[in-house]
Amino acid sequence: MKTKRRNIIEIILFLLPALIIIGFVFFFPIIRVIQYSFDRVNPRKLSFIGLTNYKILFTDDVFLSGIKNNFILLVAVPIIIFLSVFFAILLYEKMGGWKFYRFVLFLPYILAIPVVGVVFSYIFQLNGLLNFLLEKVGLKFLMADWLGSSNWALWTVMFVIIWKELGFGIVLVFARLMSVPKDLYEAAEIDGANWVQKHIHVTIPQTRNVVSFLTVITIITMLSWVFNYVYVMTLGGPGTSTMVAEYYIYQTAFRYQNMGLASAASVILFVITFIFVIIQTRVRGREEVE
Amino acid sequence: MEKVKQKEYKVRKNYFAFFGRQLLLIILTIISLYPVFFMLITAIKSKEEYVFNKFGFPKALALNNFFEVFIGKNFGQWFVNSIVLSIGSVILSLVLAILASYALARYQFKIRDTILNFIISLMVIPPVIMVVPLFVFMSKIKLINSLPGVILIYAGLTLPFSIYLLTTFFRSIPQAIMDSSYIDGCSSLRTLTSIVMPLSKPPIITLIVVNSLWVWNELMIALIFLQKDELKTLMVGITVFKSRYNINIPLTMMGLVVITIPMVALYLFGQKYFVQGLVSGSLKE
Repeated sequence: MKTKRRNIIEIILFLLPALIIIGFVFFFPIIRVIQYSFDRVNPRKLSFIGLTNYKILFTDDVFLSGIKNNFILLVAVPIIIFLSVFFAILLYEKMGGWKFYRFVLFLPYILAIPVVGVVFSYIFQLNGLLNFLLEKVGLKFLMADWLGSSNWALWTVMFVIIWKELGFGIVLVFARLMSVPKDLYEAAEIDGANWVQKHIHVTIPQTRNVVSFLTVITIITMLSWVFNYVYVMTLGGPGTSTMVAEYYIYQTAFRYQNMGLASAASVILFVITFIFVIIQTRVRGREEVE
Repeated sequence: MEKVKQKEYKVRKNYFAFFGRQLLLIILTIISLYPVFFMLITAIKSKEEYVFNKFGFPKALALNNFFEVFIGKNFGQWFVNSIVLSIGSVILSLVLAILASYALARYQFKIRDTILNFIISLMVIPPVIMVVPLFVFMSKIKLINSLPGVILIYAGLTLPFSIYLLTTFFRSIPQAIMDSSYIDGCSSLRTLTSIVMPLSKPPIITLIVVNSLWVWNELMIALIFLQKDELKTLMVGITVFKSRYNINIPLTMMGLVVITIPMVALYLFGQKYFVQGLVSGSLKE
């Protein structure tokens, strides 16, 4: 009995410091942000204004185009998934030099987004490297203001995100492939499966869990981890063509000092992200049952 | 005859497949490396040369860019701030995570897995959602523009992954090893520091590498919570740098190179652990 009580005290002592910090950084702010979203937040007092913040948001074209752009960025998800699986297979089948490739392909993932963003702005700006090259090789008609025109800016930002995130996907799928039993492939070959069939019947089922994990991570990235790219390359512009939910929250809270409205936007972003996480756990749970 | 032909065809097809694959990988390598290469060669050009020679290798090395970066206002200070934040929050997060994970791995108690699952689920919550209330609260207790305040936030944000990784590892250590030292009269804390931690070097190194990289590269929190120029981090500084030296692109590029070197070095040092750590976050099947 005595040791049991001692154990409980020890458990609490070991766990408490971490739980306090987690409460301070995650738990308390999440409760607060929901509360603020129904308030007008002044430096000294909060006044309850019901759903007003939400009503403003849903009539605010800037916010709506932010959400729309987040969803457009989801186009990158299937691209990243496809390229990750494809190149992981290439690396896997061509075992020579995979360490070199793994290092090289992973390098973009190590670099800081602000660094990547600045380098790419010099490549994509109107008098930048890409247009300079296009002019040199006689493809002048392809020149464009990649970051400065509202037709192109979001797609350019998307390209940079794919460039940076792809390495993670490749390494992840590759690591999973390395642990697939080799005889599965041999059996498929003996059965006379060609390259495409082999991968449809062996690789895809074997990597399904990793791919579903990667899918959700990438979806979450596109919805709520793109602030850095936008802040460094476009500041949401031109117009609202690269506005995203996160940048809207930042701007509303820290430029326009409207904490209540920013909180309501945060809650909406949180709900959207949460829905995707639930879908993922559901899908995963179902797969485990199977 | 027929057979030879078929064989020849197969060999040729294999050659084709081999070179095709090789070609695709080489193209991807070039796309991955070119921006980094562009950054490196531009960093050692003079700004005059960059105007007419954007693409090629520098004709004259402008290595003094390296020193000029540090002469530029506050760059050295930003560097120090980034180092202080990285070291401070990585150590704080590691200590708290080791203690918590030990409790979650060593003891059996009712809500153990509930707590662990709850902590793990926090990994997917984007920081932008917590930023507004944190800012309001931190300004109330006067922790805006304070490095310790930001260390606290960074430590908190890196805790869920750290606890997840360490708990999984600690649980793989045979209970008998821990029990034996316990019977020898060691206290729990002693068991942790003299038995468990020496066995746990791989996940600890993983966490040092992954978390340092994350903190070093973080922009949004630093931007919001450290607004005074002398408290800025390198990542925030570089955005200032970019607009300040918009005409001197090589100098900005040198700034980027300087802030990237520590992390590439860290990555090279811990590549094995780093990849292992990221992968283990997703491969539990």
